[in-house]
Amino acid sequence: MTGPLVLGIETSCDETGIGIVRGTTLLANVIASSMEEHARYGGVVPEIAARAHLEALTPALTAALAEAKVTLAELDAIAVTSGPGLAGALMVGVGAAKALSVALDKPLYAVNHLVGHVGADALRDDGTDIELPTIALLVSGGHTSLLLVRDLISDVELLGETIDDAAGEAFDKVARLLGLPYPGGPQIDRVAVGGDPKAIRFPRGLSQPKDLAKHRYDFSFSGLKTAVARWVEQKQDAGEPVSVADVAASFREAVTDVLLTKAVAACSDLGVPRLLLGGGVVANARVREVAAERCAAAGIELRIPPLSLCTDNGAMIAAIAARLIEAGHGPSSLSFGADSTLPVTIIQA
Amino acid sequence: MLLAIDTSTGTSVAVVDRDRGILSEINESDTRRHAEVIGEAILFAIERSGISINSLSGVTAGMGPGPFTGLRVGIAAAQAFAFGASKPLVRVVSHDAVAWGHYATGHVGPVMVVTDARRREIYFSAYSGVDPVGLPIRLQGPGLCRPADLSEQVAGYSRYERIDAAEVSAASAGLLAEGLFFHRRAFAGPEALYLRAPDVTVSAGPKRVS
Ligand SMILES: [Zn+2]
Repeated sequence: MTGPLVLGIETSCDETGIGIVRGTTLLANVIASSMEEHARYGGVVPEIAARAHLEALTPALTAALAEAKVTLAELDAIAVTSGPGLAGALMVGVGAAKALSVALDKPLYAVNHLVGHVGADALRDDGTDIELPTIALLVSGGHTSLLLVRDLISDVELLGETIDDAAGEAFDKVARLLGLPYPGGPQIDRVAVGGDPKAIRFPRGLSQPKDLAKHRYDFSFSGLKTAVARWVEQKQDAGEPVSVADVAASFREAVTDVLLTKAVAACSDLGVPRLLLGGGVVANARVREVAAERCAAAGIELRIPPLSLCTDNGAMIAAIAARLIEAGHGPSSLSFGADSTLPVTIIQA
Repeated sequence: MLLAIDTSTGTSVAVVDRDRGILSEINESDTRRHAEVIGEAILFAIERSGISINSLSGVTAGMGPGPFTGLRVGIAAAQAFAFGASKPLVRVVSHDAVAWGHYATGHVGPVMVVTDARRREIYFSAYSGVDPVGLPIRLQGPGLCRPADLSEQVAGYSRYERIDAAEVSAASAGLLAEGLFFHRRAFAGPEALYLRAPDVTVSAGPKRVS
């Protein structure tokens, strides 16, 4: 094992993630989630997430060091997500990371969360390294972004992103209107079993020719959510039974279809025969299945990091910092802030 | 010797010693730049104190009351610094630090500490004076109310000298902690004193769209 030993801190949404890597080797990936606390509200409540980070951070640090069997003194650097994400949540990680960096007199790297998701692929234990350039589709409850990654630490371009809800949010909202608990993704998956994905043709946002001109790689899920609600209401008003399985399967198909259609189009348009998936929505079995089918059909190599590295985690942040260090990049200045809308072109803040 | 951090108002970081007093203090009054300034504030406070991190006996965090986002930055930093330096973390109520500072300069008698809670509300704590070893005696608070309601909230309101504190000094927090430790008094608990529930309402269910 070679490479810099880096501890990464991730608090951009509702997971407190502490990861430790040595170069591209994953040593620890500890995640404390406040998901259950958000369940009764049907979505992530920023203030609840931020309060939970404050309580979870030190225990997660302790657990990660134990898991990696390393001491703080051995670390070469600290890394932290400085954005994009929920401002109040990000600030907990940023404040802690800065203090840790000063206490240990170790360099601190402020890393872009979205680029971190791509960096997660560098930590696979099958020994294969990430191949570039690649298109990356990053889908979670907090973001839905399509990136062109030419270089992990120096050349990342935003092709498109959601103009309203994140895909994961759409899952949560539709689950809610079907009377299913939060988080919606696994629930939709569960009730979609046996449902007909072609039963209802829900709209594919920003897929019409007129939209494609301006929003070729952008996403929109708020119209889809409304369409599902309207469909359910019409059935209920007419006194007809609602097949939850069909609605869930058809909704999931619409989300999956639009995600993969746009991602595969980006691969073809830009002549990049590689697609990397990241973000919590990758846990959705149908998303992975359709990705595999479409990529195989189009001759695109599909890469999906292990699920524990697809969801938000600190290891992916550490992995980017390890790359930055190996490439000779200096640490971030101590005065960076939490930037909830940090552009993807700023890989290190 | 303690590193003390308080971000219940602006950002304040200090190194203090029970015998030698305030060795350094960094204050940034901006109440919206805690995350930006906290790292350098800690670094500069240590550098200016001339001490080594190893020689600290602990870290003190001001636990509020304070508006959530900023308050949390300092507590997170204090926790992480203590963890990184392998030093114990002790906590104080930020208003107690203000009262301590007031009495330490020779004032006597009842005092009321008031800080901005934003959203047209204030945080308050009421003190009768100091005990025989000079530590403030808090009779009421910390509490949260609208400014106009303060006189009803605090019994015997008119007896108090009111201090509207724009800033909480980390040095006062640290010296208070030194006193609490020396006299074997209780520190504050581990919960951040937001004194407000998160902004959220449980909706009755999905609304109709058609
Ligand atoms: Zn994410």
